[in-house]
Amino acid sequence: MPSLTINQKTISVPDGTTIIQAAEKLGVEIPRYCYHPGLSIAGSCRMCLVEIEKMPKLQPACNTRVGDGMVVHTNTEKVKDAVSGVLEFLLINHPLDCPVCDQAGECFLQEYYMKFGLYDSRMDENKIKRQKAQPIGPHVILDNERCILCSRCVRFVREVSHSNEIGIFNRGSHSEIRLLPDRVLDNNYSGNVVDICPVGALTDRDFRFQCRVWYLSETDSVCPGCSRGCNISIHANRERHHHAEGKRVVRLKPRYNAEVNQWWMCDIGRYGYKSIDDPSRISVARVKKDGEFLPVEIGQAVAFATQQLKQALATAGRDAVTVVPSPRLTNEDLFVIKKFFGEDLGIARIGFQVPDPTPSSGDGFLLQADRNPNTGGAMAILSDDNGFALSLSLENQAPVKSQLLYLFEHDLVTALGEARAAAFLQQFSTVIYLGSNENETSALADLVLPTASYAETDGTFTNFEGRVQRINRAVEPLGDSIPAWLLVSMLAQSLGYGYHYDSAEEVFEELAHHVVEFQDLSYEKIGKSGVKATDVPKVSVES
Amino acid sequence: MPELVILKDAQNSQLRRIEDYLGVGGYETLTKVLLELKPDQVVEEVKKSGLRGRGGAGFPTGMKWSFIPKNVNKPKYMVVNADESEPGTCKDRVIIERNPHLLMEGIVMGSYAIGAHCCYIYIRGEYYEQTQILSEVIEETYKHGFFGKNILGSGYDLDVYLHRGAGAYICGEETGLLESLEGKKGWPRLKPPFPAVVGLYGCPTVVNNVETLASIPPIMKYGGDWFASLGTPKNGGTRLFAVSGHVNKPGTYELPLGIPLRDIIFSHAGGMKDNKPLKAIIPGGTSCPILTAAEVDVKMDFDSVAAIGSMLGSGGVVVMNEETCMVKALLCVTKFYAHESCGQCTPCREGTAWLKKILQRVHDGEGRPEDLDNLLDIAFNMMGTTICPLGDAAALPVRSYVQKFRSEFEYHVKEKSCNLAKVSV
Repeated sequence: MPSLTINQKTISVPDGTTIIQAAEKLGVEIPRYCYHPGLSIAGSCRMCLVEIEKMPKLQPACNTRVGDGMVVHTNTEKVKDAVSGVLEFLLINHPLDCPVCDQAGECFLQEYYMKFGLYDSRMDENKIKRQKAQPIGPHVILDNERCILCSRCVRFVREVSHSNEIGIFNRGSHSEIRLLPDRVLDNNYSGNVVDICPVGALTDRDFRFQCRVWYLSETDSVCPGCSRGCNISIHANRERHHHAEGKRVVRLKPRYNAEVNQWWMCDIGRYGYKSIDDPSRISVARVKKDGEFLPVEIGQAVAFATQQLKQALATAGRDAVTVVPSPRLTNEDLFVIKKFFGEDLGIARIGFQVPDPTPSSGDGFLLQADRNPNTGGAMAILSDDNGFALSLSLENQAPVKSQLLYLFEHDLVTALGEARAAAFLQQFSTVIYLGSNENETSALADLVLPTASYAETDGTFTNFEGRVQRINRAVEPLGDSIPAWLLVSMLAQSLGYGYHYDSAEEVFEELAHHVVEFQDLSYEKIGKSGVKATDVPKVSVES
Repeated sequence: MPELVILKDAQNSQLRRIEDYLGVGGYETLTKVLLELKPDQVVEEVKKSGLRGRGGAGFPTGMKWSFIPKNVNKPKYMVVNADESEPGTCKDRVIIERNPHLLMEGIVMGSYAIGAHCCYIYIRGEYYEQTQILSEVIEETYKHGFFGKNILGSGYDLDVYLHRGAGAYICGEETGLLESLEGKKGWPRLKPPFPAVVGLYGCPTVVNNVETLASIPPIMKYGGDWFASLGTPKNGGTRLFAVSGHVNKPGTYELPLGIPLRDIIFSHAGGMKDNKPLKAIIPGGTSCPILTAAEVDVKMDFDSVAAIGSMLGSGGVVVMNEETCMVKALLCVTKFYAHESCGQCTPCREGTAWLKKILQRVHDGEGRPEDLDNLLDIAFNMMGTTICPLGDAAALPVRSYVQKFRSEFEYHVKEKSCNLAKVSV
């Protein structure tokens, strides 16, 4: 472990650590454009030059490995002059169009100018004109005038997405980023180049001009797009409700997690946020009367659902009720469903598995074939006492005397096809649909109860590797919608059961006591980056 | 003992055919080297000679060879840098045209010394005729058994390939050259690692200039001590000085290192054309800081030229008389580097183009008083901050021209015209 000193602070680091990494550990900021921890070293922007004692020239911190006893300075006049000189070079041909640039507010030219620049401009020549606003793929738009040629995007398509759509063309001050001939930046990871572009050269066609970034709130969460559970940050427009056509959640950004998604997320997940403020959202409860849906107050709707439940249990017993939770629900939702329907009411017909309508495949990188975020949790929580699966119940089981169906989230029409879905639903006298968004199946229900979307609730998902990760409420539940765990608790209360959870965390505490896969876990232990239950050291009590 | 290294037998005639070269004792030393000497002994002899790289940087060749790791289970490569592109330099061309087998023999000795069995000659694309010459010469050398398997019965194998560049100056920088050779864009690599450890295709590699390798056979023939005795201490041997500009006899002259610059200009190159007074000299290619007439007595070896703040560089001596407009001369140099900057790293990509724009204005009579200090400062910001030496190569002339001929630049700015009645560049 060599030890080095940076600005009089000393630290020991593992062999092979670079100065820029060591500085990060010490909390010393070294400016950088081309360096990105997830990409190879380019060493070309020259912003991270530092002074190392006994070396005549300044060295790039990104490419210099720590040697034992090294003494590094990042704040000498020599370094300051060099860094501000490099920044000046980067800005001489920059259009300075911040007022109309979507990157403003999260642009590292702005940021570093304020921290390391603050010189008076002496560039009095004509700036180089280049092409602006060129769509280079379905999600990304390129402005060559703003590009500082850090080559992060080029290295990304070479090293991470392995798709090689873009390169740097020409030489000297004519150099510019371009698509390779006959190529389009169209791969499932294309949105990441926008994240890693330190300036406004690559912006997101979906997000740009929707909202200024300083109006956004950021909430840690997990992508619900597949069973990997990439760590994300939900960016919501909290202050300018008239922007972005009233959308509250305006974009998702990947959040670093070494074990799950590193710095990246796929485009399917990234642009999947739109369901949160989609017109298909169910914001009020609805009851069908004479073939027409009528909005009802949520309390009335719960009362109706309770009454149906009482009636079914009274007339036909517990086999009269079928419950189909979803692997899109949180562990907390699933636990309360299991506790109420399964344990308290003794209903056996509880199963979450519905055939996949379009058997999808993973892409060998982040995207998993299972497009549900919590199949792992559903298996752990629901599977111990029944193997009930919806497909089996259709084909193999005797006609049910079932009267009542509680269906969470699933779209059976898409999953089974219209005829089979209709045949299945006809077995029930009453179908209650609980979900965040309408679908073809919700249209066939007798009662629709609005549940909160994943962006509107706290909870946890268990990913395909058994890693339990937290989601957090980024925006308030839309309209009358409430988290599924709370909705089911309300049902339980109205049947006289003493469910008094104040928060998802309380549900989780109980879950951790009851389900072995969650043993010894807590929200605190799960933290920001999640944990595998099996990795948590068991607390041994010793005196 | 001869006084010339490279052109001893080729001063007045070409030794282009292998028969000519064999006729003056060519390849005789190779037999001795391959059959009697161990690779380490070759390296030692070259170290003793004091030979320093002739490409421009002047790094001791024997030391460069000794950096090749011994116990690595990877192929090693010898790469010959024939991408002669520094403006004012035309010496490697002379070797290829006049004494190409000297280079071939040097290639075998150098490759043997570092344990390489494969050698690439990277030649600049504009050297079309020289490429023709080299391909014929390589074929001849193979036919005579000096390349290929089991050379001269020694058991040593060597294959040599010729590769043409596509005209970029930056591909003369050794790691830009390696990238280009690998089929990539000629962007210089970050160092470390150095080519001796991670070079061509990730393997240990030595990149040597044509003139450097052509010096090896005479060193092995007459000994390192002889070579060292030709020059000054730490500056062994001779150099091919390519003299151009306002002299009576422009041309490439092989002269011992340490010869006074005055002798090169006034004896060998026949003195100033039309007897016009000397004004300035570029001592070793356009990237070197310029010298004034007052500095003409400098000794032309690496250390003496460095001592007065310039460089011996590639040996391209450009002589300017008093009618030369230094603003125009510098604009010419700066345009070249702006055109040839590869664009990879910021200070060079942006700085060269900015310097060019300012100089163009000053030259065109649109200069402003602050321009001169800005030129100096921009050039200063480029120095030592880039991946490869091109940034310095562009910045050093700017600083030296503006500092040494400031009054001329000031005249351009103030009077919006040139102070020279007749401009002759």
